[in-house]
Amino acid sequence: MRSSDGSLIEVHLTVNGDAVRRAVPPERTLAELLREDLLLTGCKQGCDQGDCGACTVLVDGRAQLACLTLVVAIDGATIETVEGLQQRGRLHPLQAAFVAHGAAQCGFCTPGMLLSAVALLRASPRASRDEIRAGLAGNLCRCTGYVKIIDAVEAVARGDDEEPAP
Amino acid sequence: MAELQPAGPVGRPVPRVDGVAKVTGAAHYVDDLDLPGAWHGATVRSTVAHGVLDAVDLDPDYDWTDVVVVTAADIAAAGGRNVVTLIEEDQPALVPLGGRVMHVDEAIALVAAPTRARALEARRHVRPRISARPAVLDTDAALRAEVKLYGDDNVFKRFVIRKGHGDDAAFEDAMAGADRIIEGVYPTAAQEQMYIEPQGMAAHWEDGRCFLVGSMQCPYYVHKAMKALLGCDGDGVVVTQAVTGGGFGGKEEYPSMIAAHVALLARKAGRPVKLIYDRGEDIAATTKRHPCVTRHRLGLAADGAIVAIDADVVMDGGAYLTLSPVVLSRGVLHAAGPYRCPVVRIVGRVVATNHPPHGAFRGFGAPQTTFPYERQIDKAARLLGVDPLAYRQRLALRPGDTTATGQELTFSVGSEAVLEAIARAAGPRPARDAVSAGGAPVRRGRGVCFYFHGSGFTGAGEQRIAGRATVALTAAGDVEVRSSSTDIGQGAATIFAQIAGASLGLAPERVRVVDPSTDKVPDSGPTVASRTCMVVGGLVERAARALGTRIAAWAGEHGRGGAPFAEVAAAAAAALGEVAETVQYEPPPGIEWDDATYTGAAYPVFGWAACLVDVAIDLDTCEVTVERCVQAVDVGKAINPMIVKGQIEGGTLQALGWGLLENVLYQDGKVANASMTNCIVPTFADAPDLETVLVEVPYPYGPHGAKGVGEIPMDGPAAAAINAVVDALGVDFDVVPVLPETIAARRDAWDAARRKS
Repeated sequence: MRSSDGSLIEVHLTVNGDAVRRAVPPERTLAELLREDLLLTGCKQGCDQGDCGACTVLVDGRAQLACLTLVVAIDGATIETVEGLQQRGRLHPLQAAFVAHGAAQCGFCTPGMLLSAVALLRASPRASRDEIRAGLAGNLCRCTGYVKIIDAVEAVARGDDEEPAP
Repeated sequence: MAELQPAGPVGRPVPRVDGVAKVTGAAHYVDDLDLPGAWHGATVRSTVAHGVLDAVDLDPDYDWTDVVVVTAADIAAAGGRNVVTLIEEDQPALVPLGGRVMHVDEAIALVAAPTRARALEARRHVRPRISARPAVLDTDAALRAEVKLYGDDNVFKRFVIRKGHGDDAAFEDAMAGADRIIEGVYPTAAQEQMYIEPQGMAAHWEDGRCFLVGSMQCPYYVHKAMKALLGCDGDGVVVTQAVTGGGFGGKEEYPSMIAAHVALLARKAGRPVKLIYDRGEDIAATTKRHPCVTRHRLGLAADGAIVAIDADVVMDGGAYLTLSPVVLSRGVLHAAGPYRCPVVRIVGRVVATNHPPHGAFRGFGAPQTTFPYERQIDKAARLLGVDPLAYRQRLALRPGDTTATGQELTFSVGSEAVLEAIARAAGPRPARDAVSAGGAPVRRGRGVCFYFHGSGFTGAGEQRIAGRATVALTAAGDVEVRSSSTDIGQGAATIFAQIAGASLGLAPERVRVVDPSTDKVPDSGPTVASRTCMVVGGLVERAARALGTRIAAWAGEHGRGGAPFAEVAAAAAAALGEVAETVQYEPPPGIEWDDATYTGAAYPVFGWAACLVDVAIDLDTCEVTVERCVQAVDVGKAINPMIVKGQIEGGTLQALGWGLLENVLYQDGKVANASMTNCIVPTFADAPDLETVLVEVPYPYGPHGAKGVGEIPMDGPAAAAINAVVDALGVDFDVVPVLPETIAARRDAWDAARRKS
């Protein structure tokens, strides 16, 4: 893959704890890098225009849309994707809560939804239902009516299931 | 009558069998599949709504190295027929040279190249030449038939339902006996399914056989269409469902089109090809809910009883027949509503236009006809000065009553139960007037709605489908459920594991539900029509029981009579190898339907539901907030209460979206808002904490009493929400959707009504 003038730019990233070095064209998006180069296909593309939120990943701890993020603009960043949420083979409390509460139906929005929820609970560990609603409002789901997603995140925020991960 | 099984895993909120895969990123949707050497496809589409394809020019200055181009000529050259087989064969896979272009975004040619970017670039250098003709862009123009698109009258299908009268004159006599007649015209808009995973399919060829994998609801629909297109027999094509990111009807028929395209590309390219739609293309080119206009007359006796119902339903089918006749059928069969009425006349027509074909979407015609009758009943209650919920309770069909087609309701009639559930849940009305956080005046209103939805295929449809399912003990000692019912997020795999597990005394995690592939599973019929749990779940239950009986017999012969299945399964498998039991659908007794007169048992059973919505309207911005939405649904039996509630909640929000904020706009036959930015669907911020009441009035012939639930939550909440808007503002809104601008346009009228009240 080449950019319009053929130049490639080298970037260094940390992806789910692993150092990644890649030479990319300037127009390469983070979603393309994750999905096509690193085969981290948990980053979903539902619209490629920043509307649906399915491609949400964490960039230096902040929820960010991978489809609108140019790789060259985040040189040195730390990326977390859904594939990195499990610790030592155990589900992250939010992952476990999504399963337990039926928050995933077709599942296509789920990875992005989880990463938005991780970012929300790191900033606001005891988020209320209204705060959860506001915090996840950039992620669309067409299956659930959102109720069970809010239930799952709230259960973690309230410590009903397990303590949130640090 | 089915013998009820011991509780076991049925009726419990078992976590989804695919839950962990979906929260870890391990679930692979079609675009996630790593297909070594695969190229990427793109579709060249029409930019005009109606015309004749004169030529397909390839830019002579473009470098066509490493690009494959497919046109209609490639289909016949390989012995296939240029059709996407469904009910009829009127829709081509690609418009042939000299053929008619019937809608904007119709597929004309295909390209494939090593990368997606290259394929999209090459597409821009394929230039169709089309002689434009006058287009038909609304149903009135279609019915004038000055431009003929289908037959002589542009009518794809017409149905007439008559109850309690012989002909139109007799009907008018009955209507003339009414004390008063309420008349209304109710247009409802198209709706985009907006599954979050766009449509897509991949294909490769091996030894002359075509292997397709993709996002779909109905593998055997695709299989059937490919046999005609590729000119092969059933073994020549294998169709496998990938993990599918939502469907809602949108992945019922259209995947056959994408399969056709990617199969042709892969054959010509001689390598795997992926064809994944981007969001704009998906919204613009694939099917949507049929726009519809219903003219409704409701004749009332002085005491408020219904004397006669007259409904005239016209749907816009779009450019090809596709599934329109069956969508219209379900629409007209629900158009009289779940109310007692001795005289009913329903006339339905679905007509051809130059819009992209409209198709399956959850509810399948019923939401379009539910909205009119539920506005009419609300108007009647207002006119009579009676409580809208109490009025519905008074008129509701009950056991022993007959529907518009003369179907006598004898079992599993949850009408009174769902209305009672809503009455109990209602609580006090919130204060009528308030002030918003921003200081704007707010007016509140409450609306209700009552409706029913037939489970399974219409009439003798299930007998025609003759769906089959298999439950097997494999040679390795595993229990497998094999059916073509796809899990598209609704939880089919989980409830099948629960049902089979209950029959065999196994925990659901001990049952493997095989991913649907036409070379591994029998044809259970399509994953549509609220039939998966009730009909195919019933087959799974019977097949599992048959397997259990066979293994018990073997155990008896080998000195282990009476031992549980789990204890003898491994030994039986070791001795017998695979043991598979396949069963086929058998209709419940006494169900008769006459397709010629449209009378009799339209459905084996109905689901019943009622809904209450409270809205608050900002009188400055005209923004409607749904403050509360309670839906009570009679599901027969909740096999998995968590999953069924999740389905109801999702359907409810789709319905509220259709009623209050979604809007597909057409301009010159093209979708003008083909992006998630402006073709909006509800977000977290638009959704209240939806309340769901499960009502269980068992269906004697369903698995554990279960009946259909997939579609019913979509039918009513739009009407309840708009009834609430009307209640708040005191003026009628007879259209779907009611957007803030719809309300703002009638500010003078409701301002005057408000000052009077």
